Amino acid sequence: MADDEGRPEPVVRATGLGKRYGDFTAVDGIDFEIRPGEAFGFLGPNGAGKSSTMRMVGCVSPRTAGHLEVFGLDPSVDGSTIRARLGVVPQDDTLDIGLNVRENLIVYARFFGIARAEAARRADELLDFIQLGDRARDPVEPLSGGMKRRLTIARALVNRPDLVLLDEPTTGLDPQARHLLWERLYRLKQRGATLVLTTHYMDEAEQLCDRLVIMDGGRIADEGSPRQLIERHCPRDVVELRFTDGDRLAEAATTMAGAGHHIEPLPDRLLVYADDGERVVDQVEAVGVHPTGSLVRRSTLEDVFLRLTGRSLVEA
Amino acid sequence: MTATESRTGRGSGGARRAPGVRGRLSSVARLAMPGATGRARHVTVRNALAARSNYGPLATGLVEPFFYLLSIGVGVGALVGEVVDDGVSYDYTTFVAPAMLAAAAMNGAISESTFNIFAKLRWDRLYDALIATPLTPSDVALGELLFAQLRGTLYSAVFLVTMTALGLVPSWWAVLAVPAATLIGVAFSAAGLSAVTWFRAWEDSEAVIGVQVVLFLFSATFYPLSVYPEPLQWVARLSPLYHGSALCRDLILGRPAWSDVGHVAFLVVMAVVGLRVAAHRFTVLLYDEGGGEAHAPR
Ligand SMILES: Nc1ncnc2c1ncn2[C@@H]1O[C@H](COP(=O)(O)OP(=O)(O)OP(=O)(O)O)[C@@H](O)[C@H]1O
Ligand SMILES: [Mg+2]
Repeated sequence: MADDEGRPEPVVRATGLGKRYGDFTAVDGIDFEIRPGEAFGFLGPNGAGKSSTMRMVGCVSPRTAGHLEVFGLDPSVDGSTIRARLGVVPQDDTLDIGLNVRENLIVYARFFGIARAEAARRADELLDFIQLGDRARDPVEPLSGGMKRRLTIARALVNRPDLVLLDEPTTGLDPQARHLLWERLYRLKQRGATLVLTTHYMDEAEQLCDRLVIMDGGRIADEGSPRQLIERHCPRDVVELRFTDGDRLAEAATTMAGAGHHIEPLPDRLLVYADDGERVVDQVEAVGVHPTGSLVRRSTLEDVFLRLTGRSLVEA
Repeated sequence: MTATESRTGRGSGGARRAPGVRGRLSSVARLAMPGATGRARHVTVRNALAARSNYGPLATGLVEPFFYLLSIGVGVGALVGEVVDDGVSYDYTTFVAPAMLAAAAMNGAISESTFNIFAKLRWDRLYDALIATPLTPSDVALGELLFAQLRGTLYSAVFLVTMTALGLVPSWWAVLAVPAATLIGVAFSAAGLSAVTWFRAWEDSEAVIGVQVVLFLFSATFYPLSVYPEPLQWVARLSPLYHGSALCRDLILGRPAWSDVGHVAFLVVMAVVGLRVAAHRFTVLLYDEGGGEAHAPR
């Protein structure tokens, strides 16, 4: 399927998509398109509306405004058909505590109509992948938080989904498990699956996402590839000036006003955004500000995030 | 609506259902229950797996008949002696036992569908996981009902065997009392599944016990309907347990009548209406409330 200009049909298309809970608007008319085979991220502070959006795409939460299509189908009409092709990792684990680890995978597979023998085969393969093979017959409840998370992720892959929705998938995972998951997601993508994820880890977003949106207060603040967003919102360098004393930091912020593009005061340090960080460091010396430490680094997605989600910025 | 449902019935990840008994059963289920996709049995199997480690309820369910029959046989039966119904005189225990079978089916169905489901609806995250798959809230409700009836049917069979052993079953028609008890169970489960969606707290379940007692007392279980004063007879005719006990009694005493068709019809209507309400309520509850019914995913 392709549109008039030969681009493939988007896997998800939302226009003016909104979600109200009673009088409260959690998602306030957002537009986005997710293309087949891409990894698409939702970033945003707590309460931005990321999970609400994911649940609408996952066809478990009816939209209250706008238009939504998943695989070209309307969730309010063909929810079950859409869900058959989804893998869902919800923000909170919803494992079945009445079943053991392996049964959690097998029974879930059966919900998708996968034959019993095939379900058992996939369960064992996935248990290997999440390194819980030795816990296969254990109850779920006593697993550690990270193990439960891994099981939830495995469960989402049991139906070989075309679209995987991952709501903060790596929260609670140790670094090794995180990297294993990244690698697995990467392989899934190679195979043609489309990934949608939310995360509070900017390195994860930079690693995994081809494109992302930054949400704030139910709206989309901006959209693009990590590189595009950084170029659009931040100069090349960031100078971090550390202070142990809050008063000295405030004083320095006033003195430094005008240096670089803008200044972001954090509790323990000043971030000075500039095209040329080295020059800012020289300026610091010249105006007689003496931080306890200074560091020049490249702008990252984290800086874009701070910039876009309403942290008070001292504009240069 | 039906066109949509037959489409939602098959997911790409799912094996195609073989046409046959199973396929036809699920079409029937879809008719009775909007939004069902024919996958409810997987919920039933899930429950059976989860129940494996918990034999307690099963054991109580199986010994219950002895207590019911013992209490009326030894207790009340000894006091009353004979009772005349439809011009025929019956030993009191023989007369009352079929109604006990019906009442046991009712009580089992009500407690399975209210107490057990309340916790699942309000506290467990289980249903959240189920509805993220091709299953719909209607499938979940139907699957729970099927599971409760699997148990209920087993209990009723044991009940009937116990009655036979005690010499309380004079007719071969009694074999049909097992499906009749299952029908009673389905009707009350459907009603219970609907009711439980409105419960706010455990305390609400006490109202259920009240309803059980009232039904028990006003359903011509202990006496023939003709013993009741005329207005009370009409009250009894509104009670589903009356229709259930009358049906079981006619079958077990070997005196089937045209009125039994009416009793069956009453229970079938109650089951169908109950299921539809339950499906609707599960949909409202499991998908985010306040989300506007118009866009509820199926
Ligand atoms: N079922 C609900 N009923 C009422 N309000 C809700 C419900 N779910 C979410 N909200 C509200 O909607 C807003 C957005 O919530 P959402 O979970 O989408 O945020 P989020 O971006 O995922 O945040 P986080 O990073 O903390 O997970 C919040 O203010 C939240 O309180
Ligand atoms: Mg969230």
